[in-house]
Amino acid sequence: MKRGGVERSAWLAYAWLAVFFLAPFALVLKLSLSHTTLGIPPYAPRLDLSQGLASVVALVRDLNFDAYGRFVSDRLYVDAYLSSLGYAGVATALLIAIGYPMALAMARAPRGAQPFLVAAVIAPFWTSFLLRIYAWTAILKPEGWLNLALRSLGLPEVQLLNTDAAIYLGLVYAYLPFMVLPLYAVLERQDQGLLEAAADLGATPWRAFWTVTFPMSLPGVAAGALLCLIPMTGEFIVPDLLGGSQTLMIGKVIWSEFFQNRDWPAAAAAAAALTATLVLPILLHQRLQARTLSR
Amino acid sequence: MRRGPGVLGWAVLALGLAFLYLPMALVVIYSFNAGRLVTVWSGFSLRWYGELFRDEALLASVLISFEVALLAASLATLLGVCAGLGLARRARLPARGLFTSAVYAPLVTPDILLGFSLLLLFISLGLPRGFATIVIAHATASIGYVAVVVRARLMQVDPALEEAAQDLGASPLKAFLTVVLPVIAPAVIAGWLLAFSLSLDDLVIASFTAGPGATTLPMRLYSQVRLGVNPEVNAVFSLMMLAVTLAAAAYAIILRQSARGPRTGA
Repeated sequence: MKRGGVERSAWLAYAWLAVFFLAPFALVLKLSLSHTTLGIPPYAPRLDLSQGLASVVALVRDLNFDAYGRFVSDRLYVDAYLSSLGYAGVATALLIAIGYPMALAMARAPRGAQPFLVAAVIAPFWTSFLLRIYAWTAILKPEGWLNLALRSLGLPEVQLLNTDAAIYLGLVYAYLPFMVLPLYAVLERQDQGLLEAAADLGATPWRAFWTVTFPMSLPGVAAGALLCLIPMTGEFIVPDLLGGSQTLMIGKVIWSEFFQNRDWPAAAAAAAALTATLVLPILLHQRLQARTLSR
Repeated sequence: MRRGPGVLGWAVLALGLAFLYLPMALVVIYSFNAGRLVTVWSGFSLRWYGELFRDEALLASVLISFEVALLAASLATLLGVCAGLGLARRARLPARGLFTSAVYAPLVTPDILLGFSLLLLFISLGLPRGFATIVIAHATASIGYVAVVVRARLMQVDPALEEAAQDLGASPLKAFLTVVLPVIAPAVIAGWLLAFSLSLDDLVIASFTAGPGATTLPMRLYSQVRLGVNPEVNAVFSLMMLAVTLAAAAYAIILRQSARGPRTGA
């Protein structure tokens, strides 16, 4: 193969990413480690009773309450991380439940209409994320549009802003395009003849869906889930604007440790917990790639 | 015979699209509201647009955001094309798996992680935070998007074209610039637009990497949004929607023109 030479320019991108993406990760891990070494409480408090009362006073003075506090706050990061994963997991399930029927309908729409439907799903992504979430605060607040509508219909009002329901709503709203598009991409390529074959063999449409369409679309489900799950775990804007003060999400913890508490090692520790989310998809991606290469 | 989406399918689509667009439509409609109360309609007015254009701090942040986005998108496109070439042509690189991960990982890395880790880097390098650091951060976050789009297009380019150009005496670089680049141009433009809009939209990365004097539009809006619903913000949002619509229309026209023109010659 004689063409090329230009692909050597990839070195440039490689170098850039090494300096501005890989190295910063190493820094986060380093800082978070220094945090945990700081956080280790004194191993063996030395209590020398022969010194009498003075030794007790010295022991109490030496007790590292700061370190103890850090130990407790480490627990907070693990909790925040797990709770974020929980929010993101539930939202991903909701996204699949809502996005799958949409993608299926798009894939089965007339060919001519499909580019417009795709454009309609992508378009919100091009507008401001912050302002789209902000729109929901105007809808959900006590005197917001939702309650105005409910009142005019004679229905009881609801209090949604600053609740978990609002977070799920915001996450689903913001990430719906990221779920619909990968699903549409696999569903659109599916051979409709397979469904006819299933029907000829006596399968009901419902059974044909679960035995043919859905299993074949699983790569799209996986792609959509990864595209949504990981960024949602580290989401900041949604819990900040729509969630309540009791909402525990790691993105919000990092933000407040850094901007409000000015505690960098603490923010790094929380960030290091968040990097754990990235490891699995990268391994998965490399396995998938190895498989397609060996084929 | 193709199966249509059916009544249920169309209903699901209509509901889904309504869910996506209704909140945005409400904000646009209420940006023309005369009153300060955001949810009570008190007559049509362009008052908030007028206030917008008198808000000097806001206008300054718009300018900064556009400058940052212009530079960051261009830098990300240059590096993204390089990365896309490396991916599509399996460039020989040490630890290729690491390279692939470094290109794709930023696509799913939470912004808060990118922003915070870059902040640590800038501090350890002794770089003063400000305009330049936001540009670097945004470019880094967008390289992967450009690379993915460009790689997909490169895979479709017939290698014979480039080989022919080289057989006729063109250097590899010249063959790429004159033969391949025009073919992948729509993908490059799409990548640039994607990077531009990501930069324009970003709040979290910019908040970590910005310094005093470099406040971008989303940072400005965030500080206003935190204080509650604000009619001026509605007006900003509506103008953004208008800009996006115009940009999308322009892109569609460019695409159609480049698809129509028989520039490949006889």
